[in-house]
Amino acid sequence: MKPAQFAYRDPVTVVEALNLLAEYGEDARLLAGGQSLVPMLNFRLVQPAVIIDLNGIEELCNIQVAGDRFRIGSMARQASVESHRDIIRGWPLLVDALRHVAHPPIRNRGTIGGSLAHNDPAAELPAVMVALGTRMILQSAREQRTVPAEFFFVSPLETALAPDELLVAIEAPVPNPSAGWGFAEISRRHGDFALAAAAVQLIPGETGRAPGARIVVTGVAERPLRVSEAENILCEGAWSAARDKAIRAAVETAVEPFEDLHAPGWYRQQAAGVMAARACQDALMRGADLAARHD
Amino acid sequence: MATRFVGERIKRREDLNLLTGRATFIDDIMLPGMVHGAVLRSPHASARIHSIQTAAALALAGVHAVLTSEQLGDANSDMPLLNDDPGFIYPRTHRALAAGEVRFVGEAVAFVVADTRYVCEDALALIEVEYEVREPAVDVIAAAAKGAPLVHDDTESNIACRTVNESGNTARAFEDAEVIIREVLRPERGAAQPIETRGVVADYETKTGRLTVWDTTQVPVGARTVLAEKLAMPEADITVIAPDVGGGFGVKIMLVYPEELLVPFAACMLGRPVKWIEDRQEHFLGSNHERLMVHEVTLAANRDGRLLGLSDTFYYDSGAYCPYGPINAICCQGILPGPYKIPNLRTEYLAVYTNTPIVSPYRGAGQPHGAFVMETMMNRLARELEIDPVEVRRRNLVSPADCPYDAGTVFQNNTPLIHQDCDYPAELEKLLEALDYDAVLRTLPGLRDVGVYRGIAVAFYVEGTGIAPYEGVEVRVEPTNFVHVATGYPAQGQGHHTALAQVVAEALAVDLEQVRVQSGRTDAFAWGVGTLSSRSAVIGGTAAVLASARVREKALELAATHLEAAVDDLELVSGCVQVKGVPGHTITLGELAAQSNPINSLEPGVEPGLRATEYHRPEGAEFSSGIHGAIIDVDIETGVPTIQKYVVVHDCGNMINPAIVEGQVLGGTAQGIGGAFYEKLVFNEQGQLLTTTFMDYLLPTAMEIPEIEIHHLDRPSTRNPLGVKGVGEGGAIGAPAVCAAAVEAALQPFGVRCNAVPLSPSDILAMINNAKVG
Amino acid sequence: MSGERRTVRTIINGEPFEREIEVRLLASDFIRHEAGLTGTHVGCEHGVCGACTILLDGAPVRSCLLLAVQLSSHNVETVEGLGTAQNLHPLQQSFWEKHGLQCGYCTPGILMTMKAFLAENPNPSTAEIRTVLAGHLCRCTGYQQIVESVVGAAQRMAQLPDVKA
Repeated sequence: MKPAQFAYRDPVTVVEALNLLAEYGEDARLLAGGQSLVPMLNFRLVQPAVIIDLNGIEELCNIQVAGDRFRIGSMARQASVESHRDIIRGWPLLVDALRHVAHPPIRNRGTIGGSLAHNDPAAELPAVMVALGTRMILQSAREQRTVPAEFFFVSPLETALAPDELLVAIEAPVPNPSAGWGFAEISRRHGDFALAAAAVQLIPGETGRAPGARIVVTGVAERPLRVSEAENILCEGAWSAARDKAIRAAVETAVEPFEDLHAPGWYRQQAAGVMAARACQDALMRGADLAARHD
Repeated sequence: MATRFVGERIKRREDLNLLTGRATFIDDIMLPGMVHGAVLRSPHASARIHSIQTAAALALAGVHAVLTSEQLGDANSDMPLLNDDPGFIYPRTHRALAAGEVRFVGEAVAFVVADTRYVCEDALALIEVEYEVREPAVDVIAAAAKGAPLVHDDTESNIACRTVNESGNTARAFEDAEVIIREVLRPERGAAQPIETRGVVADYETKTGRLTVWDTTQVPVGARTVLAEKLAMPEADITVIAPDVGGGFGVKIMLVYPEELLVPFAACMLGRPVKWIEDRQEHFLGSNHERLMVHEVTLAANRDGRLLGLSDTFYYDSGAYCPYGPINAICCQGILPGPYKIPNLRTEYLAVYTNTPIVSPYRGAGQPHGAFVMETMMNRLARELEIDPVEVRRRNLVSPADCPYDAGTVFQNNTPLIHQDCDYPAELEKLLEALDYDAVLRTLPGLRDVGVYRGIAVAFYVEGTGIAPYEGVEVRVEPTNFVHVATGYPAQGQGHHTALAQVVAEALAVDLEQVRVQSGRTDAFAWGVGTLSSRSAVIGGTAAVLASARVREKALELAATHLEAAVDDLELVSGCVQVKGVPGHTITLGELAAQSNPINSLEPGVEPGLRATEYHRPEGAEFSSGIHGAIIDVDIETGVPTIQKYVVVHDCGNMINPAIVEGQVLGGTAQGIGGAFYEKLVFNEQGQLLTTTFMDYLLPTAMEIPEIEIHHLDRPSTRNPLGVKGVGEGGAIGAPAVCAAAVEAALQPFGVRCNAVPLSPSDILAMINNAKVG
Repeated sequence: MSGERRTVRTIINGEPFEREIEVRLLASDFIRHEAGLTGTHVGCEHGVCGACTILLDGAPVRSCLLLAVQLSSHNVETVEGLGTAQNLHPLQQSFWEKHGLQCGYCTPGILMTMKAFLAENPNPSTAEIRTVLAGHLCRCTGYQQIVESVVGAAQRMAQLPDVKA
């Protein structure tokens, strides 16, 4: 399983990379962490004429915390994000989800941006980005634009990126430290893609405002799915068996699961409901715990 | 005082090279001028080949040859049939390259040789084959039916073989029985998937006409014989060497795979070394599998739980050819009764051709299927009679007092299953104690009340090991005091060199470091069968004992002359022969070896040298046994099973090296758990294998395999001098049965029946959902 | 048609190594066949089995998912640099003592991962070891004796403060 021939370009700046993208267009593939692309090259599932290696572009690797916002460069390694002190403190949902992504050697090379731009429908990171209210920063030779996560993921392996655009960073508000969160996943083995997974981020209410939540499921639709009906049920009040059941039902109704070797559609559907309910329960418990600690 | 090595946890001598990256696996072999090969494989499960256009591929820079069946000529004759069966109707074997027909996706159609593997793959894309695609027969039951598409045009049905074995009178037993249980069971296995794939390197020296072939084979001597026939060369001009091999588990036994002929053929043709290394995707398509059996089983018993009869008719998916014969079916029915007394037995198997890769043994060779069938039926009987599953087993176990006990079945190599040197009741009791069985049972209802669905189950197995026909070992003392040991069967990680060294060093009273072992190369030892069926310690070990005994005898005779003492007054101590009680009066084995050089002396009728070669040809097989126990929780919302505790009690007789034995049990059990919950080969209706990567075919990791507790129950074999019984496969045999049973037990409130393995979470959740609805 | 070529300039086990190669050459093939270091093995070429794992600037990565050109200006460590028969690394010593390998094909990748893991986690629990070990497929051992080997190595290294992890 060896790649077909290709030309190789290794730009050192974003501008250089964008010029190459503009020049080669659909003939080129961007090489980020390579953990998704290189297997496809080895299987000859893709045979691009040109590989544009982004690993030399240092400006894309930064992880910055500025006040109440996170900004992570698209080429930041998943392992760097997972072990970054500020991210561990401020974005525990992201760190927890990352621990479900494959295994350390994969995360040592895999990048945040690469995984998001690849958009596997059973991947964990796209769902987490939606749950965190993340915005994607896209750059082309023409302009820079911002796309909220909810609109970035279009369909399996397809995103809002235009052929001449590069995902350069992601940005999101740092969640309230007393906000509960939850992440629950079913996979066939530790580290495998999700059969179904749910990411839940609670948004504690400010005085006078009802608390909110983002409940996002993955593995069960064309793209990470935010289930607003389940969010409403969750924010109605305290946890109960009835609320649990209602959340499951809401999620099961919302999803459009696909079928593959590892599980039929009905299973993913049922499992998504279970994962969402469990993640919600965890989020509420954590929220109470964190709120108590921050009081 | 003799130093004890046998029975000790000696550190393996194989490990230093392996640990420091200095081993020599097949792809580590680099020869000057070496070129590379790749195989063009059929994308269709059933098709006629109308033409193969190779010109474009040949024209690609760096390509040296493109071979089709045409270029192979007479070398492309049918491969040998390894196991005959009296019930064979249509024995059909494969060839190196498809000639006019392809019968499974992955079948070899052409062979490219080029400067690098990269260029080979470029060239493969340029070969144009005109196929006339035909309807394939994929499902084993459908393929057996009348009117199914024929896998082989020159047959009238896909039923390759139909064999009935009977002992007693099952028809009468079923009439007399108070209870009849009927089930259709579908144990399915997968593929061995060693972490190292297959590979071949061949070097033909045009000057001398000598061909050297490095091959990841478990059967190098047999491979040489086939090569000699296909290439029309003297065996003496061919050397086959199994280098360090990264796991075999049965898949690296074939006489021979296409590439094992194609690579040497190309090397001879081109006059330069050729290397072919299989990639993982090819391994899924072009290397053998072990797959589905569908068993229609009837069990007859009395209300007190005593078994009266068992009848099992099963379909055996053979794949597109059966060069190995229906060996998995033979082994399955051979041990089907397990440790139980079943006075009336009937088995009937139909080996069926399907347009899928060839089926041959994978660790256990049909015995995991057999254990699954027998143990599931025992559990169903227990459920029907409302007797505890352990108690039902107890009432039917062959006990030591019954031994030797003829179970009524015949294992491979015409060996009747005769229970002896065993203690099944003791195995059971030891397992129950280790599991704390009764106490766990008492906790189960309370756990269910708080939503924990836990099940506990046991599964016996009896396995045939140490099968014939033979192995040979040469033991040779050298003048430098090294003891050279050579044998024909190779290793794929089992530590054979260490084990053999332990046996010989102890027998000759020399230091372990003095003993050097060579195996698996026909230029070191030219006779042998191979490493399979858990036979190496039994047969190779015995041959080593016999050869060492002869060397010892010779040494004492030679020394008697030199030391002017009677043989009875001599003993072997620390590499010397000495007069008992007179430490100064001694001569080293090395000196004796020098003395026995024909330069010094050559007596008529006496073979020169301090050496002996002995062959062991056992009468029939040994039978090892064991019992697995598992406690498994099932999450009833997701169907996910979690193993809480796993215990193995096994009896492989004496152990040459307990660490090695435990490694075999642990590794086999892990593969068995893989077969219980994770590993499944999936074909679509067109015969395309959908699971061709490690993302699709799930090997269990350290997170899925639990800690496994092992208890040894050693009942030495009385049939070989080491008292060993073979241990490589047992772990894999009991695991699927016990895992399915424990899941079934956990879900007893839902009345779930696990009639098949493997079980995925969706399989389990479907059963729960259906039970709730129904 | 010959493929595009580049010169790789890298450091392997502390020694500079330079070779001109086709840009499509995988790092695993480069290490094994250009640098001649065959201790790193290839099992799947899609990043799952872990047999090809090396340390890149100290971090375990799959060499089958790297292009050789990506090794330039980086530090590569393979099993050959871990220890020799005369001077085994504690991990190698412990695997030897505790029967942590059978065919040995998956072993080098595991040794490299564990070297890095123990450097960050000198006193791991068996659960933590299993989580990291899950990134490596082994068909022979059933993993248990590998876990015991890593535990043994950690204990051994704790007693030897001079040993560089």
